[in-house]
Amino acid sequence: MDAFISTYVWPTAIMIGQSLLLLVALLIFIAYILLADRKIWAAVQMRRGPNVVGPWGLFQSFADLLKFVFKEPVIPAGSNKILFLLAPLVSVTLALAAWAVIPLNANWVMANINVGILYVFAISSLEVYGVIIGGWASNSKYPFLSALRSAAQMVSYEVSIGFVIVTVLLCAGSLNLTDIVDSQRDGLGTMMGLPGSFLDWYWLPLFPMFIIFFISALAETNRPPFDLVEAESELVAGFMVEYGSTPYMMFMLGEYAAICLMCALTTILFLGGWLPPVDVWFLNWVPGIIWFILKASMVFFMFAMVKAFVPRYRYDQLMRLGWKVFLPLSLAMVFIVAVTLKLVVWA
Amino acid sequence: MGLQALFFYLFSFVAVASAFMVISARNPVYSVLFLILTFFNSAGLFLLTGAEFLAMILLVVYIGAVAVLFLFVVMMLDIDFTELRSGVLEYAPVGALIGLVLAAELIIVVGGSSFSPEIAKTISMPIPAIADRTNTAALGDVLYTHYVYFFQIAGLVLLVAMIGAIVLTLRHRDNIKRQDIPTQVARTPKTAVEVVKVKSGQGL
Repeated sequence: MDAFISTYVWPTAIMIGQSLLLLVALLIFIAYILLADRKIWAAVQMRRGPNVVGPWGLFQSFADLLKFVFKEPVIPAGSNKILFLLAPLVSVTLALAAWAVIPLNANWVMANINVGILYVFAISSLEVYGVIIGGWASNSKYPFLSALRSAAQMVSYEVSIGFVIVTVLLCAGSLNLTDIVDSQRDGLGTMMGLPGSFLDWYWLPLFPMFIIFFISALAETNRPPFDLVEAESELVAGFMVEYGSTPYMMFMLGEYAAICLMCALTTILFLGGWLPPVDVWFLNWVPGIIWFILKASMVFFMFAMVKAFVPRYRYDQLMRLGWKVFLPLSLAMVFIVAVTLKLVVWA
Repeated sequence: MGLQALFFYLFSFVAVASAFMVISARNPVYSVLFLILTFFNSAGLFLLTGAEFLAMILLVVYIGAVAVLFLFVVMMLDIDFTELRSGVLEYAPVGALIGLVLAAELIIVVGGSSFSPEIAKTISMPIPAIADRTNTAALGDVLYTHYVYFFQIAGLVLLVAMIGAIVLTLRHRDNIKRQDIPTQVARTPKTAVEVVKVKSGQGL
């Protein structure tokens, strides 16, 4: 019995505890990311943004949460009830599940699996199901059109995201996210004889891929200027038209969890994860998680700025960008990076 | 070991049950969703055997891309379900026969090593221990060296299929207006704007 407890019960309990801790931290982070999104958007348009609930509106997201939870969930009569309620669950569960492999600091990771990046890629490619199922189960025209748009959009941009990830993997030589960050300790900067710094991270040698990844991440998470899935001037609110109260909130939560995931992934792949910007003692002394959160927040700031000042794309332009610009460009870069590595590094 | 067995039975039971539901569900959309569940549990089984790369590729390719297209098509079809189900009993013997052949082939392939232990050595490459080579690297070792021509040919076949699909469906219509982005970008005030002095009361 003791053996049973020490092999199964304790590890399970520890794992559940860690998961809960990560989830709570993530949800609080998302609450403030949401507020930051609205505040930045407001600041660009010279408005104040939410500033009533709590000091400077800091509790706005929690007030919204209570409002959504206490509303009555309305299920349309013609909808498919099971799938209608399943869709928001799918979208939020998948968006949160991907966080299991994200390393927040050296050795701070729930599951340090060999194929971490593939796991994240797989989970983020499943996120389209929440939208498709929700759009179909609503049994209404706008949600259905939006679901079709979304399916095509997300599948298209996954292709270029996949190629961008391949180039990073070629440089890092591992599918493990911790190894990918560790491989950015030395790079272009140390090759030129400088001490370890932010010049070593992959954003510099793979700069075109960094840009492509950022734009594809916007498209993959349905952020403006690629939010054709929920373009209010064309489709009212897209696949979420028939949703209200808690199911709607879960869709929003899933969307922002996916956005945070993309910010974290950009940080890990291109911005050196938890590594300090310059390898000196007082910056090394700052815990890695602080650097990680700072970098991810910076990426999110860019997400928010893009939302504030870029007009929405037309659907055919979106498809053109994905298939005719990003796909050939990233494919060519995979080839160039592979040849360069073969000639320069391994020769 | 006990936990692994538990998960094995869980994954295989759900996989088989949902595979059955794929062919017995009334609504084709449910069928596709059950198919996704089957893929998911198969990925779980791959993980249990230590084939983590295959599990993730199954998720990315089959669930993330192929099943999305299935769902896409099935949702847009307006199918008469009763008509679709009418031929089930006629086709059942053929289906059962194909299933039997597939099962026999699987038994021969998988059971081959238990009939004669040397077969596994002659038909397969030596497999490195899991401890010193990760799954992904081990696959790459054989795929890009020993099987590189087969790999290239498979890629070529897929490329031809893709070109075929495009050729079959591409219709170029001349009577519609298209956006030509290079010419738009290349426009300058010189080519786009004409400044004309208009005399008052005369027009152009």
